[in-house]
Amino acid sequence: MVNEPLINHSHGVHDVHHDDGSKATFGFWIYIMSDCVLFAMIFATYAVLHTHVYGGPNAKELFSMPFVLTETFILLTSSFTYGLAMLASNKANKSQVLFWLFITFLLGLAFISMEVHEFTNLIREGNSFSRSAFLSSFFTLVGTHGLHVTSGLIWMLALMYQVMKHGITPKTHTKLACLSLFWHFLDIVWIFVFTVVYLMGAI
Amino acid sequence: MSNVVSQNHDNSHGSVKSYIIGFIISIILTIIPYYVVVNHAISTDATYIVIAIAALLQLLVQLIFFLHLGTGTDKEWNTLAFVFTLFVVLILVIGSLWIMYNLDYNMMEHM
Repeated sequence: MVNEPLINHSHGVHDVHHDDGSKATFGFWIYIMSDCVLFAMIFATYAVLHTHVYGGPNAKELFSMPFVLTETFILLTSSFTYGLAMLASNKANKSQVLFWLFITFLLGLAFISMEVHEFTNLIREGNSFSRSAFLSSFFTLVGTHGLHVTSGLIWMLALMYQVMKHGITPKTHTKLACLSLFWHFLDIVWIFVFTVVYLMGAI
Repeated sequence: MSNVVSQNHDNSHGSVKSYIIGFIISIILTIIPYYVVVNHAISTDATYIVIAIAALLQLLVQLIFFLHLGTGTDKEWNTLAFVFTLFVVLILVIGSLWIMYNLDYNMMEHM
C-alpha cells in the first residue's frame, strides 16, 4: 500500500483496499444527526411561538392546503427518484444515474419554486417575518428547510457534472451516497414541517 | 467497473421493490392525515392523534425503506447515533414546550 503512487485516479479514494467509503458516509451521517438537532431547535421555537400572532393572521388563515399537499408529493417523489439514482449507481449505470439525478433535480427545483412563490405572496400581502412572532418562526423553520434543499440542488448539479466527467467511481459513488442521505433526510424534515406547521395549523 | 460496487458492501441499499413500497406507503400516510384535517372527518383531539401517528409512521417507513437504517450489517453505529439524536431532539422539543408553557402560565398570574 505504501509503495503505491500517491496519485492514482483509477482508485480515487486513498487506501482503497480498506476504505470503501463507509467512513465518509458514516461521517456524513453524524453531520446529518447534528442537523437534526438544529431543526429540533427551530421546531421547538415554532411550537412555542405559533400562537403569538400579535393580532395578525394565524396559520389557518394563511396557508393553502392543496398547494402544500402538492409540494409534499413533489418532494416525496424526488426522494423516490433519488433512490432509483442510487440503485443505478450500485449497478454502475452512468446514464441511468444521470437520468434519475436530472429528474430529482427538476422535482427539487419545482419544490423550491413553489416555496419561493408562497413566501413572496406572504410578504406581498404584508405577512412577512416581521409581522408577528408566529411568522418569524414560520419563515425561520420553512426557510431553513428551503435553504437546505437549495444547497442539495447545487450539490446535485456538481455531482451530475462529476459523474458525467468521471463516471461511477468509488469516489463519485460515495458522494452520491452522502447526497442520498441528505436528500432523504430533507424529505423526513419536510414531513414534520407538513404535519406540525400546515396540518396542525389547519385544524 | 461493476466490482466498484461489490467492494462497497452495499447489500443494505435496498431494491427497486423496497423503494416502491416505501414510496407508496409514504403517499398513503400523507393522504390520510390530509383528508382527516381538510374534511374535519373526526373530532379535534382524534385528528391530532391521527396526524401525529401518521407522521411517526412516515418517519419509520422512510428510515427503513429510504435510509435503510437498521437493516444493514455494518450500520450499528448509524443506528446508535440516530437513537442518541432522537433522545436529544425529544429533550429539546418537549423540554422547551414544557418550560415555555409554564413561563406563559406564570406570567399570566401576575397580569
